[in-house]
Amino acid sequence: MKREFIAAIDQGTTSTRCILFDHAGRLVSVAQREHRQIFPRPGWVEHDPVEIWRNVERVVPRAVAQARAEPDQIAALGIANQRETVVLWERRSGRPVGNAITWQDTRTANLVDQLAADGGVDRFRERCGLPLMTYFSGPTLKWMLRQDPILREQAERGELLFGTMETWLIWNLTGGPDGGLHLTDVTNASRTMLMDLSTLQWDEELLDAFGVPAAMLPHIRSNVEVYGAATTVLPGTSIAAALGDQQAALFGQTCFSPGEAKCTYGTGAFLLLNTGPDPVRSSHGLLSTVGYQVGDGAPPYALEGSIAVTGSLVQWLRDRLGLIDSAPEIETLARTVEDNGGCYIVPAFSGLFAPHWRSEARGLIIGLPSYITKGHLARAILEATAWQTREVVDAMNADSGLALTGLKVDGGMTSDHLLMQTIADVLDVPVERPLVSETVSLGAAYAAGLAVGFWPELKGLRHHWHRAARWLPEMSAPRRAKEYDNWQRAVARTYDWIRNEDEDGPGA
Amino acid sequence: MPPMPGTVQSIERAAAVLRLLAESTRPLGGVEIAHALSLPKGTAHGIIRTLHTVGFVDQDDRSGRYQLGSQLVRLGGHQLDRNELRSCAMNWADTLASRTGESVRIGVLDQPSQVTIVHHVFRPDDSVQVMEIGRVLPAHACALGKAILAHTPGNGGWLKGSTLEGLTARTVTDGRALLGQLSTVRERGWASDVEELDSREASIAAPIRDHGGVVVGAVAITGSTKALCDTGRNPRPRLAARVVDTARAITGELATRRE
Repeated sequence: MKREFIAAIDQGTTSTRCILFDHAGRLVSVAQREHRQIFPRPGWVEHDPVEIWRNVERVVPRAVAQARAEPDQIAALGIANQRETVVLWERRSGRPVGNAITWQDTRTANLVDQLAADGGVDRFRERCGLPLMTYFSGPTLKWMLRQDPILREQAERGELLFGTMETWLIWNLTGGPDGGLHLTDVTNASRTMLMDLSTLQWDEELLDAFGVPAAMLPHIRSNVEVYGAATTVLPGTSIAAALGDQQAALFGQTCFSPGEAKCTYGTGAFLLLNTGPDPVRSSHGLLSTVGYQVGDGAPPYALEGSIAVTGSLVQWLRDRLGLIDSAPEIETLARTVEDNGGCYIVPAFSGLFAPHWRSEARGLIIGLPSYITKGHLARAILEATAWQTREVVDAMNADSGLALTGLKVDGGMTSDHLLMQTIADVLDVPVERPLVSETVSLGAAYAAGLAVGFWPELKGLRHHWHRAARWLPEMSAPRRAKEYDNWQRAVARTYDWIRNEDEDGPGA
Repeated sequence: MPPMPGTVQSIERAAAVLRLLAESTRPLGGVEIAHALSLPKGTAHGIIRTLHTVGFVDQDDRSGRYQLGSQLVRLGGHQLDRNELRSCAMNWADTLASRTGESVRIGVLDQPSQVTIVHHVFRPDDSVQVMEIGRVLPAHACALGKAILAHTPGNGGWLKGSTLEGLTARTVTDGRALLGQLSTVRERGWASDVEELDSREASIAAPIRDHGGVVVGAVAITGSTKALCDTGRNPRPRLAARVVDTARAITGELATRRE
């Protein structure tokens, strides 16, 4: 059989998908299955790792069948995954010891405060590139081991294994308790707070600080190499790539040179900039992270700007305010008016993320004269996503000393024409969408295909990238300056809203 | 009241059932409906069952009682949002551009004679192209317009006997001739224009339908006449089949989104 396809698994926050790509990098088939979001308490968000593994077992054969392909036509398998979500399981039985704790879970807020009391939130930033925050794996792992002394003993004896989602899937794909490979990749490891960003190895001091026994940790491998052959789901197929989803999107957008950036617009938005061979330590509120590593080559690093609320603000308009029936209708509503009418919405629902990192801030709507309509609110919501992008881009430019000359975008919100135009307007650079908008899966497929020689070299992948749409800036410079000033003044007014004594806010 | 001559009694009765349900503050049982309208139970039951099948009446699982259906609410002027159409179509339009190497457009009929472009995927050759979302085209001169007009009830009225604007030497300007083309479009499932809008370009389009089968727009590829047609200026069947497949995939996507 001719090996014609690469299979990519995208294990995301809400669903697990399998997509097959052909030699030209074209999408051939898609199968998808959602999993449950488990909320045991306010602020806690869990996933069932067994359910997710079963979903992988289901979607992969479905995608293969949909392409009318035989399993032996799959040249390799690549994995991209939701980052930072922690799974613990028993080495011998293969059973998880509980649900996975996701990146959205805020149960470690107090723990993070305690850790930050001694040296501030940036005490580990020099070593691991990250500030102390609830959503990285290290604090979550510390919390889990502190909760249950038995788990800690098991972990010290090497009977308990730690992994993020790609680790859990690869272990199961290669036999589980029966010889399964226990490994992670540099991009996922770079989100644990446990890895030295320069050596790409687990760091003893960091392990100490988070109380993590080395015996439970997976081996750190590159993103592009054959880890082993699957023994189930696609038996015999090489598992040849694993990347965190946002890094996979960077790879899928072929941002291989320093200065190239992409922004993925979904529930939140994540802007990653390739900064080249040395990690850039941010002094403007961005995260330093590994871009990707090919085999034993030196990895390009990346700066990341994480915006918590973008698509979820549109969902708020739909589900909480009920002003639209479906998310795309926000554009229709926004076009009923010419401009925002002076109205600004800052969606600091759980504080402000990059580049401000103000957890005590809360959202606001400001600048209301009485003639404001729901159309103006819709405009202000789309503009909030654009201005948040602008703030992150400004921080990137300041940190990297490189001025962004264009932005490659992907993700579901790129179907919003008005939003894309607004982003081009406020950034004052062209915004481009590629022909394949499933860039997370494409990135995992590219990495796996490179590892097995399905594609001969990295640079050649650029030929697959084609522009599907391009938006050029149309806003006048004085208007852009005035609007940005208004936005920044609105943001400043969200600060200091939550006070210590009423931490949960009025009305809670 | 006895039925008026020329009216259909069962439709009048169905309308009465719907009016009764609309005016009621709670779901009604089958017997209640029969009594309220002085209908035999069997007749009332048949009407309610039929209305239930087409989605105009919903039945509560537990009580077995009836109320107005969700389909009926949509009937009252809910139009498919054009931005939702773009969102549903995006993956499939990308694939069409990738497979044919041509640019893709999706259009909706805005006025009886005008198509507005609601989605545009560039020709995947990375040449400089301008985004055409929002551009208005004369419906009679483009494949998108013909694909929609062919399935728009009542289009014959304004086309018959009218003279249409000529944009190139090949634009069909005789309304009666265009009506002839539209019946071919209905038969084969796709429409084309060959140098009728632009003297160097051809286009092939197929209709997109909503969950109820109503044509809400069309998807087209546009490219040089040489690329899209054979030497006899006939659109290549292989390309037409790809456009029809894409229209069908988008139609399917619209149906699942509305579930």
